[in-house]
Amino acid sequence: MNPANYLYLSAILFTLGALGVLIRRNAIVVFMCIELMLNAANLAFVTFARMRGALDGQIIAFFTMVVAAAEVVVGLAIIIMVFRTRRSASVDDANLLKY
Amino acid sequence: MGNTGHGETLLFWLGSIVSVLGALGLIFSKKIVHAALALCSVMLCLAFFYMAQGAVFLGVVQVVVYTGAVMMLFLFVLMLIGIESQDSLTETIRGQRFLAVPLVVAFGAVLIGVYAHANLPAFVGTDAVNAKGGGNVTALAQLLFSRYYWAFEVSSAVLITSAIGAMVLTHRERTTPRKSQREQSIERFERWGRGERIQVTGLPNPGVYAQHNAVDTPALLPDGSPAEVSVNATLRGRDTVRGFRPLPLPGQVNGQVNGKQSAKQSNEVSQ
Repeated sequence: MNPANYLYLSAILFTLGALGVLIRRNAIVVFMCIELMLNAANLAFVTFARMRGALDGQIIAFFTMVVAAAEVVVGLAIIIMVFRTRRSASVDDANLLKY
Repeated sequence: MGNTGHGETLLFWLGSIVSVLGALGLIFSKKIVHAALALCSVMLCLAFFYMAQGAVFLGVVQVVVYTGAVMMLFLFVLMLIGIESQDSLTETIRGQRFLAVPLVVAFGAVLIGVYAHANLPAFVGTDAVNAKGGGNVTALAQLLFSRYYWAFEVSSAVLITSAIGAMVLTHRERTTPRKSQREQSIERFERWGRGERIQVTGLPNPGVYAQHNAVDTPALLPDGSPAEVSVNATLRGRDTVRGFRPLPLPGQVNGQVNGKQSAKQSNEVSQ
């Protein structure tokens, strides 16, 4: 098997994540789909590191994980805050900047 | 190192099937908890892929950070906002769902087409780099603390900022001063004086003077009647409040005479 298959798998996973972001309305599911896209990008980074025989790709994937952890913390806090004021986790209900 | 070994080939095909099915489950499952479990399976498969590709440290971090911490955070938030929140079917942008599918298919086709037509060099493999640095973790650390030192410092600032941001966002400022017990009592008596039917004294705890120490047992008021308000509203709503055996009144002598009957009744109660 050619290791480039990992790249195709990461492309498929990224596409599925994008599909989930577009068709789902629940903010938490949308958020999990974003995590799936980040993971797919990480897989591509690790595969590229293997292709080039250098560890820089793995370092970038490591930083992606750090940023993803920070993003999850802030994003879930925002979801909780929106849920407190609107009693709903749907992204369609939060279409006003105020109130 | 053009091709992978048979073991890795088997791992790839098994893992890719599981991860694509997991991604589909994430998108199309109705319950959010099922979606979270599907995402967990995808992340575990990716951890295996990282380890197979020589990124041992990233594989462990993937399990610990993503599957362990991030997904647990998702589940905590699910518990906070309730798992039964349904997806709304009304479309704010008309035809968005039907447009999204061909758009995403086209995007995926472009992405895969780019990979298929790209002139990828032969795969070198990370074994040599890992061996040169004295193991994957050591080699990564040497790179992280030399070339990527500045990015590492900045990422610590990002983490601290996000922690403070989460605290600020979820903090609730108290707009009215907290009422003391005395003020609450005065307010209850005022409402009672206006003719509202409320409990003037504090609510009894479940199990006070009761015949069982479970929380679904109503407390008994001094006149021997059960106080239904002492049981949690959820249990009252489910109608699972435990029954009670009437206490003998002081004038009646029925302790020994009705002994068998009361034992039978208590059996019914405990069921």
